[in-house]
Amino acid sequence: MSPIVLKLVSQRIALGLMLLLAASALIFAGTQILPGDVAQSILGQSATPEALENLRRDLGLNEPALTRYFNWLSDALRGDLGTALTNGKDIADSMSGRLQNTLFLAASAAAVSVPLAIFLGLLAVQFRNRWPDKLISAVTLATISVPEFILGYVIMYVVAVKLRWLPSVSILRPGMDFGDKLEAIAMPVIVLTFVVLAHMMRMTRAAILNVMESAYIETAELKGLSAFQTIFRHAMPNAISPIVNVVMLNMAYLVVGVVVVEVVFVYPGMGQYLVDHVAKRDVPVVQASGLVFASVYIVLNTLADIIAILANPRLRHPK
Amino acid sequence: MSEYLLKVKDLKIGAHVMPPNEKPFDIEIVHGVSFDLEKGKVLGLIGESGAGKSTIGLSALAYGRGSVSITGGEVHVNGRDILTGDKTLLRSLRGHEVTYVSQSAAASFNPSKKILEQVIESCIRHKLCSDSEAKSRAIALFDQLGLPDPATFGDRYPHQVSGGQLQRAMTAMALCPKPDLVIFDEPTTALDVTTQIDVLAAIKRAIHQTGVAALYITHDLAVVAQVSDHIMVLQQGKTVEYGTVDQIINTPKEAYTQALVAVRSIEHEEKQPTATPVLLVEGISARYPRVKSDVLSDVSVELHPGQTLAVVGESGSGKSTLARVITGLLPPRSGKVIFDGRELSSALAERSGEDLRELQMIYQMADTAMNPRQTIANIIGRPLELYFGLKGAEKDKRINELLEEIEMGQEFRNRYPAELSGGQKQRVCIARALAAKPKLIICDEVTSALDPLVADGILKLLLDLQKIEGVSYLFITHDLATVRAIADSIAVMHQGKVVRYGSKSKVLAPPFDDYTDLLLSSVPEMKIGWLENVIAHRKMESAGN
Repeated sequence: MSPIVLKLVSQRIALGLMLLLAASALIFAGTQILPGDVAQSILGQSATPEALENLRRDLGLNEPALTRYFNWLSDALRGDLGTALTNGKDIADSMSGRLQNTLFLAASAAAVSVPLAIFLGLLAVQFRNRWPDKLISAVTLATISVPEFILGYVIMYVVAVKLRWLPSVSILRPGMDFGDKLEAIAMPVIVLTFVVLAHMMRMTRAAILNVMESAYIETAELKGLSAFQTIFRHAMPNAISPIVNVVMLNMAYLVVGVVVVEVVFVYPGMGQYLVDHVAKRDVPVVQASGLVFASVYIVLNTLADIIAILANPRLRHPK
Repeated sequence: MSEYLLKVKDLKIGAHVMPPNEKPFDIEIVHGVSFDLEKGKVLGLIGESGAGKSTIGLSALAYGRGSVSITGGEVHVNGRDILTGDKTLLRSLRGHEVTYVSQSAAASFNPSKKILEQVIESCIRHKLCSDSEAKSRAIALFDQLGLPDPATFGDRYPHQVSGGQLQRAMTAMALCPKPDLVIFDEPTTALDVTTQIDVLAAIKRAIHQTGVAALYITHDLAVVAQVSDHIMVLQQGKTVEYGTVDQIINTPKEAYTQALVAVRSIEHEEKQPTATPVLLVEGISARYPRVKSDVLSDVSVELHPGQTLAVVGESGSGKSTLARVITGLLPPRSGKVIFDGRELSSALAERSGEDLRELQMIYQMADTAMNPRQTIANIIGRPLELYFGLKGAEKDKRINELLEEIEMGQEFRNRYPAELSGGQKQRVCIARALAAKPKLIICDEVTSALDPLVADGILKLLLDLQKIEGVSYLFITHDLATVRAIADSIAVMHQGKVVRYGSKSKVLAPPFDDYTDLLLSSVPEMKIGWLENVIAHRKMESAGN
């Protein structure tokens, strides 16, 4: 690895860490400015001032905000996300299973949607401005324009209610084998694929078309290469960074944005967990979920940046 | 029939034009051109931009760029009609029988693949030979074309080698599949003169040694005279004249060919220096932010009222940076600029309106120097308003006068830049500069993007305007023919330093320093055999040393 690449990559990683720190501060500050505090939430509106004061002391809420922030952060770094107020369970414990479920759903959706989007993008380039291109654009635009909960219910109505192919909810139970799991998440995967497909497919199309204008594409055509060889061997390598960027953005969305879809399909993932605890004003859980979501976003986007740096031949092989 | 490698008969080429906000329409850009090319011969296609020469060249590959398509006629390669052929025929033709070398190798190489991989790609894709055979062919070609370290040259990426080297690598790429015909499309136009001569010699040697036939496309008659057997002169998609090189260069029949041969013959009597210079540049050193070496070091020149100082040099010599320092865009590290007796502040923001008015600029790309959404009257009228507060009828009158001075009529007032030709756009830029009644105009490569005949027109106009308005020009160019035509004094720049400076007659007369000699002897002359002479002369000299 050349020194310049090393420098740029470490810069990106450092930037990502700083961003994560800033995000944690924002999450903490955000939950602090809400009226009332954890003690109030636990004891309710009718609590006596003495009881509140005692609980605050026990929970360390009388410490300055900065001290509490650093305590929370250092605990979080050690994997201790605190205990939920509502059920007194360790957050990290109850979250890990759900996070796994969410990641499983997101990964499955990505495994379907990313190759499909790139394939459709390439197809659209191959038939640009002709009917296959227009059809792909129209269909993917239509699916992205419909809110995902409507899409979810429509698919549920057709697949589960009318055709009776699948159960209407996606419940994972311990001991299910992989095939059963896949069957359980088939519907949410379809919905998520529809939601992220258009963005990635259109970016792939635009990035490759942009490259197709280049003189080296003409060179490839004049070498007698077929259209597919030209696109695949000469256009793709130069269109990687914009495509990776949008893919990562959508993968992040798949993790963070599944909230609605999880609720629609009653899927036991992070989304469900977050929505439940927001409704109950369980601040430590909300903070922990926020931190996890922020990390996923930042890690994936930093990864996209690093891939873009590595894909640039000028940086990889300096003069 | 089969004795001809390439036979083009009554070729017609059209383009589908899609103007914004208007109905698309079709135009014909090549109107029935015919020619033949025998095996191993070189035909030069010459003409100005828009003459259709590249389009005709690409028709030998049955290829139309963008919305261009072949609409009529026949093109035969090796006895087969390639226009009615199917995709399989085209694929076996392109990159195997006929190959292509473009003007900009820098853009024509894929930036993310190694050079060698791209050079041998045609051989591999067409299954012409084994991988190792293709590699050894490529390395032999690198050697033949005079590229450094032929064995490892191909392991580099395109951005890691120079423009001249890349142009030679592209020639290697075209020759690697051992084609019958190579289309050279302005292969040396984008290069500096001293690089051009090397590439030209390398291409000529390669053509000679491989016995390949070639179509050599260029706008420079002097260049094509060095490499071709025959020349075809094209104008606006029609053949003007066809003949051997000797016929075209020495006894051109048509008026247009005669004009092309006679181009760059403006005679300009050099003027004597006056007592007080209008511009005095003293000991300027400058560098760009975050760059650790000087782009200009200790540059001193002077320019007298009503005269022209030509600053000559190759790309990267610092000539445009000098213009940036004088205009205040780049504050120098040391030295000063004295203009009309007063020292100019080094930073643009601290200069007075008067300073700005008296020092105007004209740029290489007239296209990008004008707002495409403004009419010509608006463009020329703006400085009149800004500097002199002219309004209404007074302003209109002055705009008309200026249009007259640049030999364009009032009918251009309401046109937009996109509706003008390249030469007309540059004229409007000249009028805009003149509108400020400047004492000095910096002309930065103002004729480089123009065809030779059009460029001549612009140079004549600039000389005439100098006589009328008494304005001084600081004329930045890489083209020595332009310098001869317009300069009173000359500064030759090389690697940020002025290597030779003085009146035109002195600078262009021997004895020369090494760099000026190299520069002067590299300018192609319209003589057959010029290239061989120069190369032989240089070899003798280096052997003598």
